[in-house]
Amino acid sequence: MTAIQLQSRLPRTYRIKAIKQETEMVRTFTFDGSLGAKPGQFVMVWMPGVDEVPMSVAEDDGAVTRITFFAVGDMTNEFAKLQVGDLAGLRGPFGTHYEWEPGQHIVLVAGGYGAAPMYFVAKETVGHGCTLEVIIGARSKEHLLFLKEMEALPHVSLHLATNDGSAGYKGFNVDILEKLLSSCPRPTKSQRGSSTREEKCLPIDQVFGCGPEMMLKRISEMCGKYEVPAQLSMERYMKCGYGLCGNCVIDPLGIRMCEEGPVVKNEVLLKLKEFGEYHRDDLGKKHRFDEKK
Amino acid sequence: MNLSQTILGVQFENPTVLASGIMGVTAGSWRLVASHGAGGITTKSLWLKEHKGHPNPTIISTEHWTLNAVGVPDAGPEKAREEISDFLQDKPVPLIANIIAESVENFAKTAESILPLHPDFIEVNISCPNVEDEFGKPFACSAPDAAAVTKAVKKVSKGTPVFIKLSPNVDSIAKIAEACAKAGADGFTVINTVGPGMAIDLRSRMPILANKVGGLSGPGIKPIAVKCIADVYAATGGRLPIIGTGGVYTGEDAIELMLAGASLIGIGTALGDRGLDVFKHVCDEIQMWCTNEGVDNVADLIGGMHKVLAGVKSEKLIVKNDRKNSPKRRS
Repeated sequence: MTAIQLQSRLPRTYRIKAIKQETEMVRTFTFDGSLGAKPGQFVMVWMPGVDEVPMSVAEDDGAVTRITFFAVGDMTNEFAKLQVGDLAGLRGPFGTHYEWEPGQHIVLVAGGYGAAPMYFVAKETVGHGCTLEVIIGARSKEHLLFLKEMEALPHVSLHLATNDGSAGYKGFNVDILEKLLSSCPRPTKSQRGSSTREEKCLPIDQVFGCGPEMMLKRISEMCGKYEVPAQLSMERYMKCGYGLCGNCVIDPLGIRMCEEGPVVKNEVLLKLKEFGEYHRDDLGKKHRFDEKK
Repeated sequence: MNLSQTILGVQFENPTVLASGIMGVTAGSWRLVASHGAGGITTKSLWLKEHKGHPNPTIISTEHWTLNAVGVPDAGPEKAREEISDFLQDKPVPLIANIIAESVENFAKTAESILPLHPDFIEVNISCPNVEDEFGKPFACSAPDAAAVTKAVKKVSKGTPVFIKLSPNVDSIAKIAEACAKAGADGFTVINTVGPGMAIDLRSRMPILANKVGGLSGPGIKPIAVKCIADVYAATGGRLPIIGTGGVYTGEDAIELMLAGASLIGIGTALGDRGLDVFKHVCDEIQMWCTNEGVDNVADLIGGMHKVLAGVKSEKLIVKNDRKNSPKRRS
């Protein structure tokens, strides 16, 4: 192991140590070194001569750093062609991370490749004595990520949802969240701390989410309704990564998703009119989430 | 101790201003910066039409320097109108609209498109070092070109003060400033980024910035800013206000630029290191220094070096320092 000697705002290139094909479109690259990233933080990943994009850290165990990505855009399609031994630049880690208390009962909701950072969270939280309900959703069975890894962790109840019903529940992962939230509501203020209440189930302390924004929006609304705290990971166009350029700000508060995010608490998200409605491109132009591409 | 000033009829509660290109995309972010203590806001450079920037990496830095080649992206006038109108609804602090164009004619047209929104000042970016591949040498590198842009914008500005943003990357910034002053400039912003510079990744042997080169900013450029401000102040006899920008991190940095001739102080790169509260910190530090030194009005600092060099004994500075036995007494 070589600790990455990194000035966090200047990319340094590292050779890819291992590549794992997760699904048809999703790969995990392992870099030999730790950036000291915490679950939920992101790094700027640079492909010399192509582009640099933000990616969530899928794992940083103090020895290696893993990045899991979906080959969907110009940069990631090129990036997916890299082989073991090829170079990629890393800069970071940047932004906020998920926060928890030891022993909490937490629901993790992962949509698509959001499962990668959620696995990082799961691994760290169970290490702190947390018990987890992990809900992984995807279009179909072959797109579900990190099932084996999640199953191998202790204190994890795994729930699956696919749009076509090819694995687990047929429908959306947020439907499962609603069932969990409604079947075991949090004790009301007067019940809290009282020993008279019979504990038939383990109330949910927090919900963490990572995935498409419309999924996050549903989680936000649901957690608002059931009064359960939530922390959700937002995605916006990033340039500097450390709060200078202002490209990743969200209306109307103007907060920066690279500094005050990407993991944002639900009480803040509920104040953001932009959340679930639109995002801005590299020019600052708005694009609605429902607009046709 | 009074930090406020009225400059060309515009009241600024303190001398700090958000520099162009930093946190400048939306009305929400301008408000956020104002709520953290900035005395004024400068927009990102606005174009007449949508303009693409460079691919990433666009901004990289170490503790010593920052290089940027964002490439002046902008969504065009419709977005500018939306964001500026939104901000001006409650306008917590004065707004400086920064404009850019590829031709003299379009500088005037861009100014005309923005002026109906009533920004407090127009800042004319003739000095961006990051679009040379696209447009050639900046207008700020030639006195006749800089004067031509100034004249064209002044012709349409209808009383809105026009600040010309100058480049340090020239033989004589004084000559450029003189030419712009003759062409009617109301003030200057000094300086834009330095260089350009380059950084190479050792293993890939590739330049890190997608644009290969980028403008240099950060604490190390402050002496260049101080010298350029002093030159422009001297060349214009201190008659035109200067927004001093370059390497300001602390209140003492800001005071140094004011002594060189700046009235307002642009802060940009420091925001990445001291956070959004950099504006508040710089103001507190100016206040503390001035209180200790017996300076009652921040405006008394402007051009202080020139006055001392000219043998003008500022009673305020010297007499009070004597009384307090200041170790920093000037002879």
